[in-house]
Amino acid sequence: MDQARHKRLEVRLVSKVFGSNVDDALALLRANETKDAIHARCGSVVALKDVSFNVNEGEILVVMGLSGSGKSTLLRCLNRLVEPSCGEIFIDGTDVTKLRHKELLEFRRHKLGMVFQHFALFPHRTIVENVEYGLEIQGVEKKKRRDQAMKAIEVVGLKGWDSKYPRQLSGGMQQRAGLARALAVDADILLMDEAFSALDPLIRRDMQSELKQLQQRLRKTIVFVSHDLDEAIALGGRIVLMKDGEIVQVGTPEDILTAPATDYVERFVEHIDVASVVTAGRAADRSQTALRTAGKAAADIRVAAAQSLKAVLPAVAAHGSVPVVDEDGAVIGLITPECVVRALGRQRTGVTYLDPRPIPAAAAGTLSA
Amino acid sequence: MDWSLPKFPLDDLSDDALNWLTVQLSPITRPFSKVLSGWIETSTTALNTVPPVITIAVAALIAWRVAGTRVAILTAAGLAFLLDLRLWEATMQSLVLVLISTIVALAIGVPLGIGCALSRRTWQVVSPVLDMGQTLPSFVYLIPAIPFFGLGPVSASFATIVFAMPPTIRMTALGIMQVPSELVEASDAFGSTAWQKLAKVQLPLAAPTILAGVNQTIMLALSMVVIAAMIGAGGLGGEVWKAIQRLEAGRGFEAGIAIVILAIILDRITQRMARRAHAA
Repeated sequence: MDQARHKRLEVRLVSKVFGSNVDDALALLRANETKDAIHARCGSVVALKDVSFNVNEGEILVVMGLSGSGKSTLLRCLNRLVEPSCGEIFIDGTDVTKLRHKELLEFRRHKLGMVFQHFALFPHRTIVENVEYGLEIQGVEKKKRRDQAMKAIEVVGLKGWDSKYPRQLSGGMQQRAGLARALAVDADILLMDEAFSALDPLIRRDMQSELKQLQQRLRKTIVFVSHDLDEAIALGGRIVLMKDGEIVQVGTPEDILTAPATDYVERFVEHIDVASVVTAGRAADRSQTALRTAGKAAADIRVAAAQSLKAVLPAVAAHGSVPVVDEDGAVIGLITPECVVRALGRQRTGVTYLDPRPIPAAAAGTLSA
Repeated sequence: MDWSLPKFPLDDLSDDALNWLTVQLSPITRPFSKVLSGWIETSTTALNTVPPVITIAVAALIAWRVAGTRVAILTAAGLAFLLDLRLWEATMQSLVLVLISTIVALAIGVPLGIGCALSRRTWQVVSPVLDMGQTLPSFVYLIPAIPFFGLGPVSASFATIVFAMPPTIRMTALGIMQVPSELVEASDAFGSTAWQKLAKVQLPLAAPTILAGVNQTIMLALSMVVIAAMIGAGGLGGEVWKAIQRLEAGRGFEAGIAIVILAIILDRITQRMARRAHAA
């Protein structure tokens, strides 16, 4: 399925060094020196090292990591708010790092929209004047940009607040305005920098689900930076996990949970809500005996392989063993209470507690809750 | 035993340097002098021909538009009092110098301040010069003015411009530098040119700070204009100077109060403007 999707962004071996001796530091990086050694020898800080990943059309890619992992720096390299020290960044086939100033401005105006952690609304402008800012920069004439801005304001649910000032809005509403501003320019690619981190937990959850709903309609390509694993899971996209400027693992939350690449990743997902992440398909018993039992079960009780354990718990609780079907409706296994318990009580290392066989036609993108 | 060293001829060197500069810079200073004296003369004549009542009314109107009713009343009352004290012409002379010097100081200072905000190197060069400028006593500024412009209002104006410019430069630079970096990033992220960013985001948000700088500039300009009476600038400073020479304390006090009233009016008007920009 991934191969069929068109790549909107390609990041190749991007590194970023802060400080004066960039060339020396890069040379040391290539010689595989550690960050501390480079800092001691050149006084430079390595923020990113050889970062490479792709973003597919229409997906939400979550760049995750703790403070200092380089995730915000990476996001800013995509639109060159921070200049990469080396590497290439292809957006729709164009290498952004090679663009000249005027071309870069055009790119920022039309291809990319950005949403900031602390909203970044201009306090001296009303909400609608904020939302139309990108269009104003583009030179769109007044009536047209007003109309487009008002439409975006409606889409994010801020109708009626257009002539108010940012200080008159709550945090959640301000961020909706920030989102409207990014949507108004009708760019296909959104860069969201910890967009919901400054909101309180309930509002954050609302915004996450609203973003997902919006995404169903608008099908933007989103790069979302976050430090919150639960947020990454709620948004449902692939995760790029970063540590100290390097990518540690790329995959769905399920991949990261079931096949952590390093000890760090394991620790990171330690307190993960397993029931929301692991799918029925993964947890199911897919042996021949299970398939035979499944074939004999009543035809109307089924759960989808792509559903999370959380979603299928009611069915398992009510009926015991339930057949699991793939996208085309074919039975691929049987999920039993035992399967659920084994998945939830997962063991840390060694024993494979989940069926590692690939699930036929399983969706690698969004998870349904 | 005589240990004294020969005196370092700083005074002679400075004299020579100044003479050389005067000659070298005359292609700039001559036209500057002409333009400035032209403005000063026209404005002074204009203000002195217009009946004072009309001037007071116009000033009060401007004050009302820009700063509100209370300041307008203060302006009208203050100017009327000055008129009654028979200090109208002197006040107008000083006012013309203050306003023209301020306008030139702003015209040079604001762009310079913007340049400092946008270029770290410019700021590194300009900032210590501003610091030095603030420690020099004001009448010292008159000294370089005289060789270039002689005695009179043009010299006074030149000294005032140089003396009053630093707050404008500094506050403009500071105001722009204090615009939250996330807002500057947002402006960049949506593809603004440097000019768009300046005009749509940085200057509007720096406006309260810049106007505070304008307020300080006007106050410094007024203080300098008064001192410049020593080199023949006339005006209210001239009245004070005359009073000192004739030992007429009463007249001196009158002129002093007039200066204070003028200062309060100018201060309230510009402060109000700054506060209004803040509220927006």
